[in-house]
Amino acid sequence: MKDGFAARKRKEKIFKYACLALTFSSVLILVVLLYHIGQTGNKYLSLKFLTSWPSRFPHKAGIKAGIWGTIWLISLTAAISIPLGVLSALFLEEYKIPGKIGKIVEINVANLAGVPSIVYGLLGLTVFVRYFGLDRSLLSGALTLSLLILPVIIVSSREAIKAVPDAIRFGAYALGASRYQVVFWHVLPIALPGILTGVILALSRAIGETAPLIIVGALTYISYTPESVMDEFTVLPLQIYNWASRPQEEFHYLAAGGIIVLLTVMLSMNFIAVVIRQKTSKKVKI
Amino acid sequence: MTNEAVMTCRNLNIFYGEKQAVFDVDLDILKNKVTAIIGPSGCGKSTLLRSLNRMNDFVPTFSMNGVINFEGKNVLKEDPMVVRTRIGMVFQKPNPFPKSIYNNITWGPKIHGHKVNFDELVENSLKAAALWDEVKDRLHDSALDLSGGQQQRLCIARTVAMKPEVILMDEPCSALDPRSTIRIEDLINDLREDYSIAIVTHNMQQAARVSDYTAFFYEGELIEYGVTDGIFTNPQEKKTEDYITGRFG
Ligand SMILES: Nc1ncnc2c1ncn2[C@@H]1O[C@H](COP(=O)(O)OP(=O)(O)OP(=O)(O)O)[C@@H](O)[C@H]1O
Ligand SMILES: [Mg+2]
Repeated sequence: MKDGFAARKRKEKIFKYACLALTFSSVLILVVLLYHIGQTGNKYLSLKFLTSWPSRFPHKAGIKAGIWGTIWLISLTAAISIPLGVLSALFLEEYKIPGKIGKIVEINVANLAGVPSIVYGLLGLTVFVRYFGLDRSLLSGALTLSLLILPVIIVSSREAIKAVPDAIRFGAYALGASRYQVVFWHVLPIALPGILTGVILALSRAIGETAPLIIVGALTYISYTPESVMDEFTVLPLQIYNWASRPQEEFHYLAAGGIIVLLTVMLSMNFIAVVIRQKTSKKVKI
Repeated sequence: MTNEAVMTCRNLNIFYGEKQAVFDVDLDILKNKVTAIIGPSGCGKSTLLRSLNRMNDFVPTFSMNGVINFEGKNVLKEDPMVVRTRIGMVFQKPNPFPKSIYNNITWGPKIHGHKVNFDELVENSLKAAALWDEVKDRLHDSALDLSGGQQQRLCIARTVAMKPEVILMDEPCSALDPRSTIRIEDLINDLREDYSIAIVTHNMQQAARVSDYTAFFYEGELIEYGVTDGIFTNPQEKKTEDYITGRFG
């Protein structure tokens, strides 16, 4: 009884401040990082930087190829992974595969979300680049990235679909609706905001991927914008990686500039995801 | 007073997996009458009701045998989607779609390709559900902005819009306040003109007020069935009497 209450209160306080310190240290690291990148990166950050091809001369080099490559790659990845992922999630949730097979599929989809991206790179290299002969094309890259983010899209879409109240489904069925009508008129629209949030977060992860793209053969020296899905390509993170690994300091400034561009794109995508969630989260509650 | 039955259940046995929930029930739902289904919690009222329009099909372990005659066919053998267009259902908790009031009503007829004037349909359905005056100026507002009682009447309007033969209601007032309850009861009284209604309720007074016939269930069996006045004033079975006088339940 002696040290009961006072000691507990003291411990509570210590715990609270420890947590606070840890939280702030991670925020601090982020701030320092951003500050450092901002300092080194703004030297080259200009319109010219955004519209020039890569070059041996730092003052001439730009990130145009990376920007266009990323836009192409992510659009293509979105076009492949969103329909596939959302339809898979709808199927798994609404059409429920019965018995053991269903369980196995479920567990595997969840596990796939945790597989390191480099493994997907190797898979992409074997299957798309070599077996299907797609070479080091945008299509190979997009298919590989789609595989990578598909589990994330499926898992988050399933959560969104699960959150649709059963009462809505039964209300629709009681009017004589078919499963297809219930799914496409009610379940999908209600789950859409949640699905979109997951999709955008998955895509913004794909934007930052480097390892699997190196493996499927994305290049770093590209001086044209892609014109078809079979063209070779580079992407922002690869370009940054290339610059950062050069010995001359000037290139490190370029890398920092590239990082600013990349971060801007990613943060805007995350911001859109947050807005979508805010705008629509208060709608359905039954 | 004609007592023509629209639905006749014969030898209905209903199971969830191995467990039997309803035993050998014979029950008639009479045309243009309100039939109340009463009994203690867990006695199989909802199970029976949901079987009438095949809503139990969504329970994986569910199975049933027997006959439910409806419009000259056995409901058990028909396409459940067709059955549900003819036998509507109102649920315990109001469950409007998160769409406009207007679209809540038109959705059912629309997906079935009914060729009707939708403005008229909306007006008539809302009038039938005694909701028209309250919402006629905001038909395109979200149904979720309505009060609970209004939402429930909207769900009734949505059911009525399909022009079913029978309407099933599973404790339609249990989530509502007393005033909304009275409104729904009045509404059921009026709906009897055009529809045959089966209503599950835990509220004895409600059963006495709205129904013409009452069926008392106990542990999955139909104990007593007859004219409501008779059941409440002069029950034949000891169990019925105990239940309606509140000795258990
Ligand atoms: N989906 C289900 N799966 C398995 N058993 C069920 C299911 N639904 C109901 N039961 C069982 O069937 C029996 C009858 O349940 P039912 O819901 O029909 O009762 P009820 O009379 O409607 O009760 P209440 O008045 O509480 O709503 C109960 O023993 C219940 O546990
Ligand atoms: Mg019930």
